[in-house]
Amino acid sequence: MIKDITIGQYMPGETSIHRLDPRIKILATIVYISILFFIKGFFPYLYVLGYLGMVIWLSEISPKTILKSLKPLAVIILLTLVFNIFMTPGEKLPGFGFLPITKEGLYQAGYMGLRLMFLITGASLLTLTTSPIALTDGIEKLLNPFKKIGVPAHELAMMMTIALRFIPTLLDETDKIMKAQMARGADFESGNLFSRAKAMIPLLVPLFISAFRRAEELALAIEARCYRGGENRTRMKQLKLKGIDYSASLITLLLCVAIIFTR
Amino acid sequence: MPVEIKNLTHVYMKDTIFQHKALNDVSLTIEDGEFIGLIGHTGSGKSTLIQHLNALLKPSSGNIIIDGVDITAKGVSLKKIRQTVGLVFQYPEHQLFEETVYKDVAFGPQNLGLSREEIDLRVKESLMLVGLDYDALKDVSPFELSGGQKRRVAIAGVLAMKPKVLVLDEPTAGLDPKGRDEILGEIRRLHELQKLTVVLVSHSMEDIANLVDRIIVMSKGKVVLTDTPRNVFMQAEVLKNIGLDVPQVTHLVNELNKKGIKIKDCISVDEAFNELVKYLRSN
Repeated sequence: MIKDITIGQYMPGETSIHRLDPRIKILATIVYISILFFIKGFFPYLYVLGYLGMVIWLSEISPKTILKSLKPLAVIILLTLVFNIFMTPGEKLPGFGFLPITKEGLYQAGYMGLRLMFLITGASLLTLTTSPIALTDGIEKLLNPFKKIGVPAHELAMMMTIALRFIPTLLDETDKIMKAQMARGADFESGNLFSRAKAMIPLLVPLFISAFRRAEELALAIEARCYRGGENRTRMKQLKLKGIDYSASLITLLLCVAIIFTR
Repeated sequence: MPVEIKNLTHVYMKDTIFQHKALNDVSLTIEDGEFIGLIGHTGSGKSTLIQHLNALLKPSSGNIIIDGVDITAKGVSLKKIRQTVGLVFQYPEHQLFEETVYKDVAFGPQNLGLSREEIDLRVKESLMLVGLDYDALKDVSPFELSGGQKRRVAIAGVLAMKPKVLVLDEPTAGLDPKGRDEILGEIRRLHELQKLTVVLVSHSMEDIANLVDRIIVMSKGKVVLTDTPRNVFMQAEVLKNIGLDVPQVTHLVNELNKKGIKIKDCISVDEAFNELVKYLRSN
């Protein structure tokens, strides 16, 4: 039941998007997200659509998967639409009875809704095409310059790697403990909010205990192999920018320029 | 309370790239008061099979009939099924969560909505059945106990449901030889005194050879053999092919037979000892 949940859903592949340097992908995503906030009016969204469409096409990720990534945030998108439609002051449109729907409201709702959807799709394309390991590698490298001002880049990346690594393990564990308690007559599925929250105790206590146990075992195992943080550590796979990375950067830059020119 | 399994098939993550058929058309009958050993390699489907017995998993197709009631049908009471069939998972001590041993064992009966007196009675009885001292341990935190004791408390937690069929998934995993013998002895006692139907999952032939009435051997989601331990161990070749082994002593006797020392097939050390003594005396 719980195994069907996918988090950080990486879709393995061999496409040019998959092969891009993770640093470039992360930076491009940040730039892409920031530039979305510079957009005025509907027209520049065409550029964004073109850019995004090209990335999706190149990455060979099915549109179905992309739509699925929007699903968890459907509520937020819906709320944004509703608030914008009803709360924007302006010229009231006839034909909706007592509902205060304005022309500006509809415009604003469409504009904000699109922005949100482009934002989520862009961000999820990053996690869909980049393996968690590559992602943390990229983050570590990008944070490296900030080490001088005391940002523990390596430690942060290591923590992220471990956290990602343990998501499936903990899901498995949750499934097992849930079943064990259900075998003792526990009921996780019915009752009101309060009794449901209370029913979580027999699940959460063993889960926390096992998480702590695992953390301790892992710490010992890492130490036993002489791990001492990032100092002087070398890597098997060095990140190196290639031609394809430069072209990707250039295309992203072009998008920025195009959008800034429409203002 | 016979358990009938008819053409049971289970497919995990159906219709995805991760699709995996864990059980393939399994049919079995477990009689009242039988002591069954369920043996198979990792991934043979034994854990999947036992999770069907108390409706924790729903079959992709097939039926499970317990005492005439089809538990795969819609509208059956899950609570009743889970009370009838007690399932002890692997490393059951990982499910402990309460502040005291008493409260933890009482969790099951409480979920059944029993009276305070009845719960009290059941907790006492179950702790006694697994060989723990009620008065000494009832107010102790389960997390302060030793590994073997924790496991006993967890098993008591299932026994307190008063199941008629008790299923245990590798109850001796990770225990030292002494702890293993103790737990197996207690399971045997439960079977004899309480007339429980017991299904013991294991991948150790040694553990169950002398314990069970019948062995069910599974491989790749199918039942390969089902017979008395003696007859199953005669099929050393079949077992070897699916990556299982006969007990060491049976192996020894087989080898002796090949060398011309003709003695009866044996499944326990005592038995082999007597046979060998008999053989040596007769020469």
